[in-house]
Amino acid sequence: MNLDVAEGEIFALIGPNGAGKTTVFNVLTGLYAPSAGTARLAGQSLLGLAPHAILRAGVARTFQNTEVFRRLSARDNVLVGLHSRLCGGPLGGALGSPRVRREERDARRRADQLLARLDLGDVADVDAGSLPLGRQKRLELARALAAEPRVLLLDEPAGGLNPTETRALMGVIVALRADEELTILIVEHDMDLVMGISDRVAVLHYGRKIAEGRPREIAADAAVVEAYLGREDSA
Amino acid sequence: MSRRVAIGGLLVLLAAWPWIAPRYFIYLASLVAVNAIVAIGLNLLSGYTNQLSFGHAGFLAIGAYTAALLAMHARSIPVPVALLIAGIVTGLVGILLGVPCLRLEGLYLTMATLAFGFVVTEAILNLDGLTHGADGLRVPPAPLGRWQLASDTSRYYLTAAVALVMVVLAVNVARTRTGRAFLAIRESEIAAQTSGVNVALYKTVAFAISAFYTGVAGGLFAFVVGYLSPDAFDLVLSVDFVTMIIVGGLGSVPGSIVGALVVTFLHDWLAAFQNYRPLIFGAVMVLVMLFLPGGLASAFPRGATR
Repeated sequence: MNLDVAEGEIFALIGPNGAGKTTVFNVLTGLYAPSAGTARLAGQSLLGLAPHAILRAGVARTFQNTEVFRRLSARDNVLVGLHSRLCGGPLGGALGSPRVRREERDARRRADQLLARLDLGDVADVDAGSLPLGRQKRLELARALAAEPRVLLLDEPAGGLNPTETRALMGVIVALRADEELTILIVEHDMDLVMGISDRVAVLHYGRKIAEGRPREIAADAAVVEAYLGREDSA
Repeated sequence: MSRRVAIGGLLVLLAAWPWIAPRYFIYLASLVAVNAIVAIGLNLLSGYTNQLSFGHAGFLAIGAYTAALLAMHARSIPVPVALLIAGIVTGLVGILLGVPCLRLEGLYLTMATLAFGFVVTEAILNLDGLTHGADGLRVPPAPLGRWQLASDTSRYYLTAAVALVMVVLAVNVARTRTGRAFLAIRESEIAAQTSGVNVALYKTVAFAISAFYTGVAGGLFAFVVGYLSPDAFDLVLSVDFVTMIIVGGLGSVPGSIVGALVVTFLHDWLAAFQNYRPLIFGAVMVLVMLFLPGGLASAFPRGATR
């Protein structure tokens, strides 16, 4: 399997359950070490880097079953996302050095901007775990954006959202790509979202790529329809 | 505003304590301050970073013996410097323990810290040329310039002042980048990593800071109690520290202080019922976990505890 994603693209990975879509993300973010193969970002190899180093290299992600910091406020969640953008150490923090104070003030302002951008301004002080699923997903997005990544991996961003929420999310993703010059990879089952916003789509089936192309081409591909939607007679 | 008034009132009470309290309670307040520093240190490791330690009596012993030996053999060193050295030595030991513990999780990590506590008391027993083994050490009064801190009141002011500084430092650490990294690790290691937190580094930092705190507290403990012997630093003491942070509130600096206060006073009141102490402590723990899972700190409004 081989995936080439161009800069500034919205690229969707689809396929039945167990096809290996999330595994691709886990390899790209350093959570899994592959037994063979390569992963590069603008020529730099990502393999062998620890997850936190991969984030610094410019790859941020969200999770299929949201992984927000449940007992931290929404603002603190985003502040953790800013971790790689800040440099205050424990000693500077303990002594409240002017540099750390300034950095913290700026970080809080930035976190509040990101929360406002994702319509979470009203819940900045609410524990993330008590937010409804749709807002937890937005919060994860805000946390990932805080790191100012070049590439954003979204694992089922529309999972568990109702159609209205999904449409709003599509608008957010498209706007993000335009404003932040992001490259976005999406794993998703929601075909409205995939067909609506992606530039290209790859279809995985049992760990192999069986098709790749523009959304319209994919929707018309017989092999894809069979693997993904089942044969017509069994559907 | 009301928060400032409350803190101001507490400071006045702390300063006036030796004049309004009976002599024994001055000593007891010093012990509360010592225990509060340990509880804060333990909480940064266990409550914030989710690495439960049953070995903090070991760190306390290292700090205590370091400060005591300095006071005996290097009397020109003023007590704040001696406490700093005790903290740094203990912090380094914390790193030595923390790095191999990176490979351990949950129960296994806790077992390793438990074993560490035993190793420390055994080491003290066997290094009897330095520590006088089971005979124990009589700790001379803490030197501070031309003075000797020989009275309960002077020792109280020393511990209270150091504790105040340590509380402020801990609150600052907890609410800046390092503290957030700790909490992120507790909440989800995977999300912490993919958010850019170097989990191995910050777990080790948590061990270092926690041991540093406990080492400083150990130094104060040596001067407050005036006599050290290895059997004072047993597993029961480590369990008491864990009780403090559970009763007070995991992941809360004010909770650590409240927990230290409650457990220290309970200990004292129950001195006459030695045999029932574990029973009563156990009952208190169970009640807190049932009715106040966030510890006593969670009974206060959130703004006051963060």
